[in-house]
Amino acid sequence: MVRVDGWGNNDSLIRIRGLDKTYRRGGEEIHVLQGLNLDVGKGEFVAFMGPSGSGKTTLLNLLGGLDTPTRGSISVAGDEITSMGSRNLTHWRARHVGFIFQMYNLLPVLTAFQNVELPLLLTKLSKSDRREHVDAALAIVGLADRSEHYPGQLSGGQEQRVAIARAVVADPTFLLCDEPTGDLDRKSADEILDLLTRLCREHGKTILMVTHDQLAADRAGAVLHLNKGALAEAQSAGGAA
Amino acid sequence: MKYLRFLRVNLFRKKIRTLLTIGSFAVAMLLFGLLAIVRFAFNQGVEVAGVDRLIVMNRVTFIQPLPMSYHDRIAAVPGVKAVTYATWFGGTYQDVKNFFPQMAIDTDAWREVYPEFVVSDDQWKAFLDDQQAAIAGAGIAKQYHWKIGDRIPIIGGIYAGNWQFNLVGIYHGARPKDDETQFWFRYSYLNETLKQTGRRYGVDSPGWYVVKVVNPDDSVTIVKKIDGLFANSSAETKTDTDQAFAQSFAKQAGNIEVILISVGSVVFFTLLLVTGNTMAIAVRERTAEMAILKAIGFSDRFLLVFVLAESMAIALLGGALGLGVAVTLAKLAMAYGNPLAQVLPLLYFPPEQVAVGFGIALAVGGLAGLLPALTASRLNVVDALRRV
Repeated sequence: MVRVDGWGNNDSLIRIRGLDKTYRRGGEEIHVLQGLNLDVGKGEFVAFMGPSGSGKTTLLNLLGGLDTPTRGSISVAGDEITSMGSRNLTHWRARHVGFIFQMYNLLPVLTAFQNVELPLLLTKLSKSDRREHVDAALAIVGLADRSEHYPGQLSGGQEQRVAIARAVVADPTFLLCDEPTGDLDRKSADEILDLLTRLCREHGKTILMVTHDQLAADRAGAVLHLNKGALAEAQSAGGAA
Repeated sequence: MKYLRFLRVNLFRKKIRTLLTIGSFAVAMLLFGLLAIVRFAFNQGVEVAGVDRLIVMNRVTFIQPLPMSYHDRIAAVPGVKAVTYATWFGGTYQDVKNFFPQMAIDTDAWREVYPEFVVSDDQWKAFLDDQQAAIAGAGIAKQYHWKIGDRIPIIGGIYAGNWQFNLVGIYHGARPKDDETQFWFRYSYLNETLKQTGRRYGVDSPGWYVVKVVNPDDSVTIVKKIDGLFANSSAETKTDTDQAFAQSFAKQAGNIEVILISVGSVVFFTLLLVTGNTMAIAVRERTAEMAILKAIGFSDRFLLVFVLAESMAIALLGGALGLGVAVTLAKLAMAYGNPLAQVLPLLYFPPEQVAVGFGIALAVGGLAGLLPALTASRLNVVDALRRV
């Protein structure tokens, strides 16, 4: 269930109400998001589209607790994140959010295994348990045999798959993907989209993805257009959900 | 522990830069070590001075001797446990550059007053049996490859002539920092020879007396009593604690302490700037990575501690290297010949100074890393990711 009219029921995993985000540049106020409402159910695959500067990434940052809204509320699985302090928000992110970025953002000095292990270092898992989780995550993304490779030894598509493994390894509540195929060729992009679709369908992951790519958006169960600070439902694609 | 590997790979991601920074630390800490060794060499007497010992010397100057008759009068002062005496010989061995402390010593109470200089009983007996006997410190014996039974020729300085000694013993310091570079021979040999050759200077007149007191707390009273005994005599005395005597001796070379502190401060300030700059560059280069770590859930405090840990690890590695080299150099010099023996007879890097060195290294590392660490911890994730 994805709604943008503010009438979603209490079962929503993600619930946004009256979200405003205003930046001040010089003396000018820029209203990026204005009174935005959104309800996303568990296991949904939602794509956000819109022109550059429409606030897609800002919305993702707010959902991931990386930024704070000017007004409004965001609750995820019952946690009201807009009222959390910086320290609590950091802990919340570690527990609930998996980030996937356009430029992969792997740490070049760490192997694929070590990159994927990073979020688990914040948990109390033992070394052997961490190894088990990392091996499973790398197996899901099809890179079990590349665990000792460094990012520089992997292709762009493989790097993004490692980034996805890093995002899912701690079993977060939802995944936030910012242009996950934006830096990839069509074939690699399709592989990544296949993977995300599989994560949603087979593993029940809730995925929110910002994209400029219509083909990528078509994989999502719902495509939302962001324009002038507000969301509009574009279509109900025959995608993942 | 789980972050150690992460710390290590980050530390050596720019190997040359890290090694050069470690090298800067190592050179600075080596310099600190050498300065500490020099400082110790100058103050060695102060460091090892006995708290229960007083030195009685001529009020005019310590090279003016005191009458032998003073011995019994000093020994009779209440609170005095033992009295011994010695005379500075001031000779050289084979060559004028081979200078080390030679002393004509009293054989009756020397070992009681200086228990830290350990000589075996049979060697001491041999010393008592032979008028020309000598005992050398283990350090000086090693330096000149002397062994027991050797005939040691010394060219007199204050007491002219070619003096011959039979080496019958080697003494060792009870503590690592005790001076093992002295050369002792019998005062009676010096005194008799002076008499036989018709010389007056130094006859029946030792250079100074060393007094061992029963209770160090009574030292002030005893000092007053001893100096009072010889007031208005032809050889007035000036009595001091062993430590004060050693300090006044050390100060003859100038205020070494101030010179060392000045040089050290400049070096460490420069090191602070160099390391601070390196850490700032390292953090700036990794802005995006730090933003990712924060996005994943690593806290501000984690990044603060992590950057500080990197900086302090560099300091620790450089410190260990520099201090280790300094310790090794001092040991090698004492083992295989001290090239500075004339000026600095005992090269020793005291363990407490090594600890101070590590403390300084860590403090400089921490200070240098503080600003970059704060920058990392205050990093705004959204702004940093926008710049990627």
